[in-house]
Amino acid sequence: MKKILAVILSLVLVLSLAACGAKSVEKESQAEGESESAAPASGLKVGFIFLHDENSTYDKNFIEAAKEACANLGAEPVIKTNIPEDKECYETAADLADSGCSIVFADSFGHEDYMIQAAQEYPDVQFCHATGTQAHTAGLDNFHNCFASIYEGRYLAGIAAGLKLNEMIDEGKIKPEEAKIGYIGAYTYAEVISGYTSFFLGARSICESATMSVQFTGSWYDETMEKEAATKLIESGCVLISQHADSMGSPTACENAGVPNVSYNGSTKSVAPNTFIISSKINWVPYMEYIITQVQNGEAIDTDWTGTIATGSVQLTEINDDVAAEGTKEAIIEAQAKLEDGSLKVFDTSTFTVGGKTLDTHLADVDTDPDYTPDTEAVADGYFHESEYRSAPYFDIQIDGIELLNAEY
Amino acid sequence: MSADKAKKAHEPLFHVVKRNSMPLWKAWLIRLAAVLAALVVCGIIIVTVTGENPFAMYKTMFVGAFGTTRRRWSLLQDLAMLLCISLAVTPAFKMKFWNIGAEGQVLIGGLATASCMILMGDKVSPYVLYPVMIITSMLAGALWAVIPAIFKAKWNTNETLFTLMMNYIAIQLLSYFSFIWSNPKGSGKIGIINASSHAGWLPQIGGNKYLFNLLVVLAITIFMYVYLKYSKHGYELAVVGESENTARYAGINVKKVIIRTMLLSGAICGIAGLLLVAGANHTVSSNAADGRGFTAIMVSWLAKFNPIFMILTSLLLVFLDKGATEISTTFSLNDSFSEILSGIIIFFIIGCEFFINYKIKFREKAKPAPAAEPQSVEKEGEGS
Repeated sequence: MKKILAVILSLVLVLSLAACGAKSVEKESQAEGESESAAPASGLKVGFIFLHDENSTYDKNFIEAAKEACANLGAEPVIKTNIPEDKECYETAADLADSGCSIVFADSFGHEDYMIQAAQEYPDVQFCHATGTQAHTAGLDNFHNCFASIYEGRYLAGIAAGLKLNEMIDEGKIKPEEAKIGYIGAYTYAEVISGYTSFFLGARSICESATMSVQFTGSWYDETMEKEAATKLIESGCVLISQHADSMGSPTACENAGVPNVSYNGSTKSVAPNTFIISSKINWVPYMEYIITQVQNGEAIDTDWTGTIATGSVQLTEINDDVAAEGTKEAIIEAQAKLEDGSLKVFDTSTFTVGGKTLDTHLADVDTDPDYTPDTEAVADGYFHESEYRSAPYFDIQIDGIELLNAEY
Repeated sequence: MSADKAKKAHEPLFHVVKRNSMPLWKAWLIRLAAVLAALVVCGIIIVTVTGENPFAMYKTMFVGAFGTTRRRWSLLQDLAMLLCISLAVTPAFKMKFWNIGAEGQVLIGGLATASCMILMGDKVSPYVLYPVMIITSMLAGALWAVIPAIFKAKWNTNETLFTLMMNYIAIQLLSYFSFIWSNPKGSGKIGIINASSHAGWLPQIGGNKYLFNLLVVLAITIFMYVYLKYSKHGYELAVVGESENTARYAGINVKKVIIRTMLLSGAICGIAGLLLVAGANHTVSSNAADGRGFTAIMVSWLAKFNPIFMILTSLLLVFLDKGATEISTTFSLNDSFSEILSGIIIFFIIGCEFFINYKIKFREKAKPAPAAEPQSVEKEGEGS
């Protein structure tokens, strides 16, 4: 009995080895053929450093853009995922430069210091960093920041939310004063504040009685906390949820509770088919194509680059017609046209108050320093000039109508 | 069912017998066989799941870990950090004190270092700053370790749960201070501390960033080897680990040994935190230890608490980690896939220790079993 078993086992082993040997040779020749045909036309290598992998909506958005931009321009992407925000980032950036990349791109805010460190060491390689704030003061020719005027996208997504609230009021599901939005943010950081304020202003431009509660998680990516925060907001009476945090936590909580969700970073329809309305996102393809083209042509990259609706950097995903209110598409198109021609400003000071008063002056902390010294007047001509003095957002004002549930983060 | 069981209990198909000893060459042969078997299983999984050539993947792992000078230094630095924490947990494990709180002890040591650098960095001379950093980091780590030790010694609390809980407290403290000291404000990231003045940064030797760390860890390795093997303390903790009653009978103060050993363990974790923050990252966050506090347990056990062998086992784990990262880049695979491969290799290496320490005796005829092991597991691997 035992002998038979042993014989069978060894047979299985030998056969499987033989099979795999044959297969791998075949695959190898195939792979060679493929790599030859897909050889990059420009020979340009672009290194990408991502904080997480595709499981994060934030990084997924970057990863897909990186692949698309490189494919469009015949550059070769070298992708490093799950790179933490410490010396590992510096090591990875330097390693990418060592291995012949002409551009190194990093996607997370905390990577910035380490990218600067690598940029100082490799003056011939271009280092591009999304969401950072230091390029305009770092004094390095080869270190660049980029962002997009995502507050415009948030505002438009807010319009979809406002219409949904109005629909719920009209259907008698809620009373006008119950039109409370729940919002999950990471930290009380300008990027988040700018995001939820513009979203709220968009919603209130449609549904006048709308209010908003913001819950902070103290983490950019924490699926459990985001899910819990969303559930808590729903239980406290929020009838619509949106978020600025990177996991699928809030969309999943909304789907479970049947509460409509306006998403961020891309469509979350796959996990929330019955509650997803629309999502605003930054499309990074235009920026990545821009940096690759500049390097291919031997031209300089802007120190601070802000993508807009016009450059195609700020996008809204497809509307989920099963959930969205009627007329959402038309309303968004109309507002978008106004934003593009400048007749509509997101942070128009006549549309909100701060402590009961209209905002007529605000010094923003545009030049990053450890003491957070406000240095630049941002209010002029009746609106707050967001993302004009540097690409990363700096709107950090608490406006009336938004309640912060835990501002300790 | 129960009848069946009873029958088996009388006449088991095989039973496990502890080996008395095995020649060293034979033990290493088994280990080698285990690695080869692991590579075969990994190969089968690679081909069935991805269709890639397994040999190309193994080669990529080597290139990823050793391919350039920078990679070799980075590998050495990571090895040094893992080794340092493994050395720290070793005396406690040898004493059979299940300290799984190294992660927290390293973090709190790192936090102590960072707080000195942030609060005193530009205000005091380096001759004051460095000693203060070293002392506070060691004290912080030792404090984090000694609290569970005191409770264990005085009230016989469960040290596993206690040290684990201390990790979470450390992580939360780190998150809190990451926010308090965040730059720019509100971002939750501390960023590089004293980026322009380099105050509190550990010195570079000959322009190399990590050489200083390596030398410190080398010194700790030698110290730990001597401490465990030749010192009275080392002997005492080994006796406590074997049997507390024997220790008591021999007149060893068990409580004192527990507390003393954990103070040492925690202080070395504190040094690891110091090296991580002041010597490598120059920042601190709640994932600064990066799970090394737990990986260190494996390193220590795999090396059977021998500090010299620990160099090898930590090299293995760091190599697998670096290689895995390179695989996911080169073959555009998710990181998880390469982690599966590392997991299989580690599983086989740990698993083979069983066959070194025990042999399997079959019913009727007795026959040594090592040959049956790789085959049976391979069949499993192939099925998945």
